[in-house]
Amino acid sequence: MDAFFEWFRWLNDTTGINLTIFYDAFDRRRFVEGFFTTIQLAVSCIVLSVLIGIAGAWLQGSRLRLTRHVVHWYIQFFRNTPPLVQLYFFYFGVGAYLKTTAGVPMVSNVTWAILGLSMYAGAFNVEIFRSGIEAVPKATVEAAESFGFSRLQAYRHIVLPLAFRVCLPALNNNLVNLVKTTSISFAIAVPEMLYVSSQIWSDSVNVKEMMNVLLICYVGLVGLFVFVMHRWERAMRVPGYGA
Amino acid sequence: MSVWRPKSRIGSWAESVRPLPAGTDLPVLLPPAAALAQRAGRERLLGNPLARLDARHGWFLFVAFLLAAGYAQAQAPAGHPSIIATLWKWTPLLAKGFAFNIAISALAMAAGTLAGAFLGIAQLSRLTPVRGTARFTTHFFRNAPWLVLLFYCMFLLPFQITVFGVTVPLPDWLKATFGLSLPVMANVSEIVRGAVQSIPTGQWESASSFAFSRRQTMWMIILPQCIKRMLPPWMNLYSILTVGTVLVSVVGVSEVMTLAGDVLAAENRADLLMPFYFYILVWFFLYCYPIARWTVYLERRYAVNS
Repeated sequence: MDAFFEWFRWLNDTTGINLTIFYDAFDRRRFVEGFFTTIQLAVSCIVLSVLIGIAGAWLQGSRLRLTRHVVHWYIQFFRNTPPLVQLYFFYFGVGAYLKTTAGVPMVSNVTWAILGLSMYAGAFNVEIFRSGIEAVPKATVEAAESFGFSRLQAYRHIVLPLAFRVCLPALNNNLVNLVKTTSISFAIAVPEMLYVSSQIWSDSVNVKEMMNVLLICYVGLVGLFVFVMHRWERAMRVPGYGA
Repeated sequence: MSVWRPKSRIGSWAESVRPLPAGTDLPVLLPPAAALAQRAGRERLLGNPLARLDARHGWFLFVAFLLAAGYAQAQAPAGHPSIIATLWKWTPLLAKGFAFNIAISALAMAAGTLAGAFLGIAQLSRLTPVRGTARFTTHFFRNAPWLVLLFYCMFLLPFQITVFGVTVPLPDWLKATFGLSLPVMANVSEIVRGAVQSIPTGQWESASSFAFSRRQTMWMIILPQCIKRMLPPWMNLYSILTVGTVLVSVVGVSEVMTLAGDVLAAENRADLLMPFYFYILVWFFLYCYPIARWTVYLERRYAVNS
């Protein structure tokens, strides 16, 4: 492994291509941590936004008008404002009030990024899940009930699997977009891949190399995610719906 | 001579969603399924979520702005000039910044559309290397986050270029425009490809029976029909881009968000923060709303009845 890393030192000496993230242990650790922060951001946001979507879709079917209105306005607000503005709003606007008496912020910027981005993507998920559930005919639930399924069983074994398959393409688009959007948490100094790269290139003066590494990493990450999700989407397709 | 048919690929599946059977009393799925599939298809071509603005959003923003300004006014220490007067004082500067946003969006859209149209047609080429390269380029730029592309162009383009002995300076905003035009190019490329593939193959077959060459069919029969289909997603993309121009503030171009930050720093008053940002959001709404309405109108007018 060391020989592999040393090769990059040799590369720098001979060609001037300065990839400090390989031969410099400090830069390497920073970059790897940044890479995993991006993955951590992406995974937590995906999980949280899907949970928000499920909860929101359920609340939207509530009997209380107030609850439905709150969910409606939540969707409208987060769907139609740029995520960067939302992030600023949470971090600078709301975060300013959530401080201990000593002036220490109670919520860290990583948490704000996860919360903000999940709320953003969650707003789309609510609509997606809602349409998915609405697409399952009542007759299907009745048929399940006539087979002795309880309401919950019918929901779990019949409605949700079918709704999920209807939702998957739209959900997929949204989650891919979410993974790309994690890069804007740079604006509130979350140490993700873009942020650590900017630190590395200002310390080691290797803007060109880091830029290319960064672009390849992001495109690779998103490309892999898109590939896996599309395979899944094709496998989950409801025959006869969507050619 | 073999008839060229556009290959149906995963990306265009939503265009050919089979309509739900009308005759049955027990459909497997209800109309929301088809609506969702259509939306997913549109968003996939666009590479971005669709925003749907309506007048209530504008009222909401306006009321929020008034409330923020009123609250700030009530909180403001005595002796400070009023919030409205302060906003008014800085409006010309902010307007200049906003005009910059519009200029960046228009230029990036123009450049991106031009490049994207060629890339989209190249994606339909019969030559495998051309098609492969175009597909790779399109997907590469679609998968890269906008902010990363912006950084890439800001840092890697030189501050001036010399062409035939003439030195042309490349200011920051031009580099940022170039950075934004790359994702636009990739998304326009997909819009073009999707539109061409959504034209029924019968059009190609009848054109070839009239002895049109492939190029003639493309330029004289297929593309003119595509314009109508491409216009609504293209305008949606423009709205997304306009809102996306605020990203440029992260790399330090003095557009409206950067200027708002500067103004807030100069005034050094925490109470101005919310009124200023809501003020700017209202501007963005006023600019994007007519475009959104027009897009919806065109979508209805050009709705393809299949």
